[in-house]
Amino acid sequence: MTLLEVRDLTVTFDTPDGTVTAVDRISFDLRRGETLGIVGESGSGKSQLVFGITGLLASNGRVTGSARLMGQEILNLPDAKMNRIRAEKIAMIFQDPMTSLNPYLRVSDQMAEVLVHHRGLSKQAAIAESVRLLDAVRIPEAKARVTMYPHEFSGGMRQRVMIAMSLLCQPDILIADEPTTALDVTVQAQIMKLLAELQAEYGMAIILITHDLGVVAGSCEETLVMYGGQVMEQGTTEGIFAGPTHPYTMGLLKAVPRLDRETEKLETIPGNPPNMMNMPAGCPFVPRCDFAEERCWSERPVLTRAEGYETRTRACHRSLEELK
Amino acid sequence: MLSFILRRLAVAIPTLLVLVVASFYLMQFAPGGPFTSERPLPPQVLANIEAKYGLNEPTWKQLVNYVGGILTEFDFGPSYKYKDRTVNDIIAQGFPVTLKYGSISFVVAILVGGILGIAAAVRQNSWLDYFAVGLTIGAQVLPNFVMAPILILIFTLWLGWLPGGGWNGGQWQYLVMPVIALSTSYMASIARLTRSSMLEVLRSNFIRTARAKGLPNHVIIWRHALKPTLLPVVSYLGPAFVGMVTGSFIIDSIFSTGGIGYFYVNAAFNRDYAVMMGLTILLGSMTILFNMLVDILYAWIDPKIRL
Repeated sequence: MTLLEVRDLTVTFDTPDGTVTAVDRISFDLRRGETLGIVGESGSGKSQLVFGITGLLASNGRVTGSARLMGQEILNLPDAKMNRIRAEKIAMIFQDPMTSLNPYLRVSDQMAEVLVHHRGLSKQAAIAESVRLLDAVRIPEAKARVTMYPHEFSGGMRQRVMIAMSLLCQPDILIADEPTTALDVTVQAQIMKLLAELQAEYGMAIILITHDLGVVAGSCEETLVMYGGQVMEQGTTEGIFAGPTHPYTMGLLKAVPRLDRETEKLETIPGNPPNMMNMPAGCPFVPRCDFAEERCWSERPVLTRAEGYETRTRACHRSLEELK
Repeated sequence: MLSFILRRLAVAIPTLLVLVVASFYLMQFAPGGPFTSERPLPPQVLANIEAKYGLNEPTWKQLVNYVGGILTEFDFGPSYKYKDRTVNDIIAQGFPVTLKYGSISFVVAILVGGILGIAAAVRQNSWLDYFAVGLTIGAQVLPNFVMAPILILIFTLWLGWLPGGGWNGGQWQYLVMPVIALSTSYMASIARLTRSSMLEVLRSNFIRTARAKGLPNHVIIWRHALKPTLLPVVSYLGPAFVGMVTGSFIIDSIFSTGGIGYFYVNAAFNRDYAVMMGLTILLGSMTILFNMLVDILYAWIDPKIRL
């Protein structure tokens, strides 16, 4: 059953210099217990996409389209209604655990308030439940540490606290916005393993936003590749890694450092991400694309099913044959 | 905490000593003296008077005598202008007055300024925000020596609601206009500080986390955003409180409230050395004390600061 059904979701920002489209007509389905990876460079709109869904856009942001959570439309709900969905149905963890926890409040207060507010628990019961979840995310001596302030935890521990806090109400969906970007590599691996274990235990679906293809390969069933606010390619992770059908995805995969092959120099995609204020009329990737032809500059490619694939969609004018 | 307070007090003593020595010498450098007048006194008379007050001695000796008097008898010396009063008398009479209207002004400035600033930040770019910003700019550019006469014009001369001056034991009718005139510019500063600080805090990541937790707006503002918002405001409050309770020459002059602000400026004009010194020491000690309280308040707000 489809848990979250997103259709043509568009996020725009009103700025003094005009309207900027950060996310352009994105659609996807998320099933129960599934993990969806959203990959893209910084500024590709992946965070704004999920902020749009959860109503956390900056005040000049606007979201249109549709997002149905178990059949119920949740885009642009009034705050009072949205607040019943946040934490209870859709929880979020963020990139920077150093600044995402309130430095002026004890962990116990920050965690307990979620249960007090959403579940009507007493403060004491809420703290007891918080300790149980801190245990679940393997924070040693959770009972003693729950009364500490965030600055008394290390970066990895803080992200564990964030994860524990997000799971308090047993949400159906956990949105993890670059959960490991600010952490060092060994801690990254621990956090990803923890997320997988918790997913197996609690059965929530995860939307994992990242620019780390390794993280996606290790944990996501479905992958959505974004560039310039648009979907370039969408399909099963396995399929995309085995055979990318879009020049951007191909470039991304080539740019992953491989330990099992000897290379002189790391491949890169030349050029810079597009300026969202000044998007090309055609494909957003066209200035950096090796396969660009005239039509790519003037005409925006539509996301269509890739020839010869069951579940893959791609937005490219060139045929698969031409990209070989 | 206790060791912090003791350490700060230990530093306060040399600080005050430097203040005393510096202001004592500065005062003596200024031309003229307490008994200089347009019609000069006969030299013998002047010499006699100066001998009586010990002004004929070298400056360092005067300083030693002065500090000695304070330390042994808590005696801040006689006033040279008000012949029958000591500096202790003047402070005992004037300080309660400024302390009263100053503290009330302080509370009014915090409450009005704080609430105005928070409301403006929470409703940024609404009519409420524009109103608050406009009001605070107006309040900041309107000096109190202009505002005070306008208040008297409106409330005393036109409406006849409030007495135009005097103190009368600090009854509320006598307090209203001094408090408004004194607190307005502080209120405006607090409002602007609070607004910009709150705006910055509301953009921070942990506020986004709080919103993602589905907490209602009032919980986010009061529980998550208030403390960090107050940090920069608190550091302004220490000096502001001292500024208010040590009074204002303008308030004391226009409303004839009889506080120490009036005495302070007049003492400077009259070279009334002892009054000036006494009030300088009072102001200096209060500044040191309230800066210490601000630091303690800081540690209470921000758990990362340990005293």
